[in-house]
Amino acid sequence: MAPLEELTAAYLASRDDESFQSELKNLLHNYAGRATPLFHAARLTEYCGGAKIYLKREDLLHTGAHKINNTLGQVLLARRMNKQRIVAETGAGQHGVASATVCALFGLNCVVYMGPEDMRRQALNVFRMELLGAEVREVNAGSRTLKDAINEALRDWVTNVGDTYYLLGSALGPHPYPLMVRDFQSVIGTEARAQILEQEGRLPDVLIACVGGGSNSIGLFHPFLTDADVKMIGVEAGGSGNELGQHAARFNVAGGGRPGVLQGTMSYVLQDDHGQVAATHSISAGLDYPSIGPEHAFLHDSNRVEYVSVSDSEALEAFHLLSKLEGIIPALESAHAIAQAIKVTRDMKRDQMVVVNLSGRGDKDVNSVLQDLHD
Amino acid sequence: MGRIADTFNSLKQQGKKGIIPYVTAGDPDLATTEQLLITLSQAGAMLIELGVPFSDPMADGPVIQRASERALKHNFSLQELLDTAARARKRIDTPIILFSYYNPLLQFGLKRVAQAARDAGLDGVLVTDLTPEEASEFETELQARELDMIFLVAPTSTDERLKLVAEHARGFIYAVSRAGVTGTRASVSAEAEKLVTRMRRFSTLPVAVGFGISNAEQVADVHRYADAAVVGSAIVAEMERLAGAPDLAGRIGQFLQDLQS
Repeated sequence: MAPLEELTAAYLASRDDESFQSELKNLLHNYAGRATPLFHAARLTEYCGGAKIYLKREDLLHTGAHKINNTLGQVLLARRMNKQRIVAETGAGQHGVASATVCALFGLNCVVYMGPEDMRRQALNVFRMELLGAEVREVNAGSRTLKDAINEALRDWVTNVGDTYYLLGSALGPHPYPLMVRDFQSVIGTEARAQILEQEGRLPDVLIACVGGGSNSIGLFHPFLTDADVKMIGVEAGGSGNELGQHAARFNVAGGGRPGVLQGTMSYVLQDDHGQVAATHSISAGLDYPSIGPEHAFLHDSNRVEYVSVSDSEALEAFHLLSKLEGIIPALESAHAIAQAIKVTRDMKRDQMVVVNLSGRGDKDVNSVLQDLHD
Repeated sequence: MGRIADTFNSLKQQGKKGIIPYVTAGDPDLATTEQLLITLSQAGAMLIELGVPFSDPMADGPVIQRASERALKHNFSLQELLDTAARARKRIDTPIILFSYYNPLLQFGLKRVAQAARDAGLDGVLVTDLTPEEASEFETELQARELDMIFLVAPTSTDERLKLVAEHARGFIYAVSRAGVTGTRASVSAEAEKLVTRMRRFSTLPVAVGFGISNAEQVADVHRYADAAVVGSAIVAEMERLAGAPDLAGRIGQFLQDLQS
């Protein structure tokens, strides 16, 4: 508990510190490339024949995904706490790359834990992390995916807590991580809100984002939570079927999702009858996680956000469609959000608007998609 | 007074210190676990920690992780695990505590766990990932059934946290010898002794030291300043080494005896 208390105190002090916030703002702008555009996807809109679709282009950020928003914030915090060594977990590899990047930027040692299955399907990102000077450690425990990479990063952190900072990449884990990651990612929603007001003069009708641990979605949603007329949809990985083990849809009660405790957080967890955490499946490594950030559990139970799931094949279809119609190759994670946008905008009026978070670019997924075409 | 307090008191009167073995239930199967509870008791265990296997043992090193994986292959329920302890309880008097992560207990139901543990003749519960701040509901259920709730403290724990643990702890306090996960080490950290000294300023409960203790020399060293030494990974590693050998439980009992010589 002591390291978490130390982290909480350091974070809360930084949150209220103007020099911290201005240093972060400067890096987000000059290093990561913020603000990201809010782009009207005219051909996709025309294809769907309904509401106007806007894409929040987090894929254009340095390193290719929204993950850099959080890693920049946390690396500044690690420096304030005088930690010389950073450990991180990664699923799709985007958070690992973003962590390796900020460590290179500040000359810190970086160890990234990753499951062998994810290392195989995201080989390009493994190589990127190594180019950036990070050490990628294979996690051969449990289900050998993101969940187990988090376990291993936590084990490393408690063992080396004196000089090590754990840079968690999603809005999950013990407090203060869900709070901190949400705050650092809220720049997405804050910008999108201002941009849509500027371009359209009013707020959107619907926000859509994919939800693995839930960092890009909470980042988009949070600044709109008090806007009662803005509907929000979180998209989970429906995987290849409805049985436990075939998907990563935590709110799918029939599929094994119910409240539980994993990795220091109480939230919805995919599990068997004995409380053992279940294996998950998704074509997208970044959504392949058996639990979900606790704030999403709250937003689900309070009915503020609707959670749905999109299957592997629907996500793949959206991946191809966005590439052909807009010249944008999305990450397979973000393709889940695009697939849901295609479903809902069809039944909406042409004068309505939907903002979709395009959380990352798809270069890393080209091999997986190629393989799918061959199977 | 409970069986745990009685055991510590009687050791103290004899001027002795205790040894506490840990085994993961169901490793390699529940029948062996039942035999182990008996042979460990006969080999001088003052108390036995019975581990509930979990899919995500984040506080454990590779040895106990593998034990969990072996046990989970059998897909048994918590009730079957407790039934195993209940059968052993008919033969032994040694205190037994359940050593678990929170989720398997939460899913079984906290009240139901407390009652079933009581019915099985268990004496306490230690939940690795449950802090005193979050424990009150379970604490109430356990106390109502005269079961002790045991908490962990670590060298990184602040005085405030030691105080908080002292207010909630029953039976004994488990002091983690160093920052990190379970697993054997060449030496027991000097931090352990400092932690025990600090802990005694806030609580009169007995203190057991665990994590990294694997040989008789280390046990004797811990006995200089603490009331008991916990041996987990070293026993589980020995079981792994002897996998498939005849009379596994008997040989593990012998291993525990050797740690006390």
